[in-house]
Amino acid sequence: MSTKTPAQSRPLSPFMLGQYYRFQWTSLLSFGHRITGVGLTIGSALLAVWLIAIAGGPQWYGAIAPHLHAWYGQVLLACWTWALMYHLCNGIRHLFWDIGRGFELKTAERSAWLVVIVSLILTAAVWAVAYVA
Amino acid sequence: MAKTSADLRSPLSRARGLGSAKDGVHHFWVLRVAALALIPLALWFAFSVAMLAAGPADYYAVHYWVSAPSVAVVLVLFLATALYHSVLGLQEVIVDYAVGSLRLTLLLISKLLHAVIAAAAIFAVLKIALA
Repeated sequence: MSTKTPAQSRPLSPFMLGQYYRFQWTSLLSFGHRITGVGLTIGSALLAVWLIAIAGGPQWYGAIAPHLHAWYGQVLLACWTWALMYHLCNGIRHLFWDIGRGFELKTAERSAWLVVIVSLILTAAVWAVAYVA
Repeated sequence: MAKTSADLRSPLSRARGLGSAKDGVHHFWVLRVAALALIPLALWFAFSVAMLAAGPADYYAVHYWVSAPSVAVVLVLFLATALYHSVLGLQEVIVDYAVGSLRLTLLLISKLLHAVIAAAAIFAVLKIALA
């Protein structure tokens, strides 16, 4: 059969960081998209737990509700809201790139700022609805 | 398109356009279709839960909210689309950072967990809505 290829010694992402790439503002957004994506995957498991608790009845729901209202639950929910809004806004930015728009360096840097600002506004809006409305 | 000397692919392979992974741009495309659907669904979910939290938000209020047919249907759509997008996205992350048997192991674990989460979450919504 075939001889062993040096597949195992090939460099693995993100090997370009540090040595070859200088830091760029837009890279930070790119990491953020992956990190929030993985975070939201974990969040979906918690969402399932919440729904199962509602389906399980008042006792089950009563077992998890205090955690939602505790300080750590509120912090988690706030981070979760921002992660969702960030991934959503930056995802729209990616969709524009997919149709070939917004690749100019200036445009990409500006849209990065727009993503951060709009995601924070949307997060604030969600919490304003929860607390003020 | 003129055939260049650097192109080693057969004309049939190029016409099929399925590439080395044998599924062409399917993964790329469905990830983005799900993303597009998730724009309204995720915004709906976030603001609906916020409005729910603005009320009494005890067990009965939350149960009543999920049990409304319009909410239950959109919630199932949101869960299915989000978990489909999630399993495709996590697959991209895993193949970028893991090699060999670890890659296969993580991919299988990810698919299993996503299937379990999707089934459990959607079943929970249906149980509440149909109770």
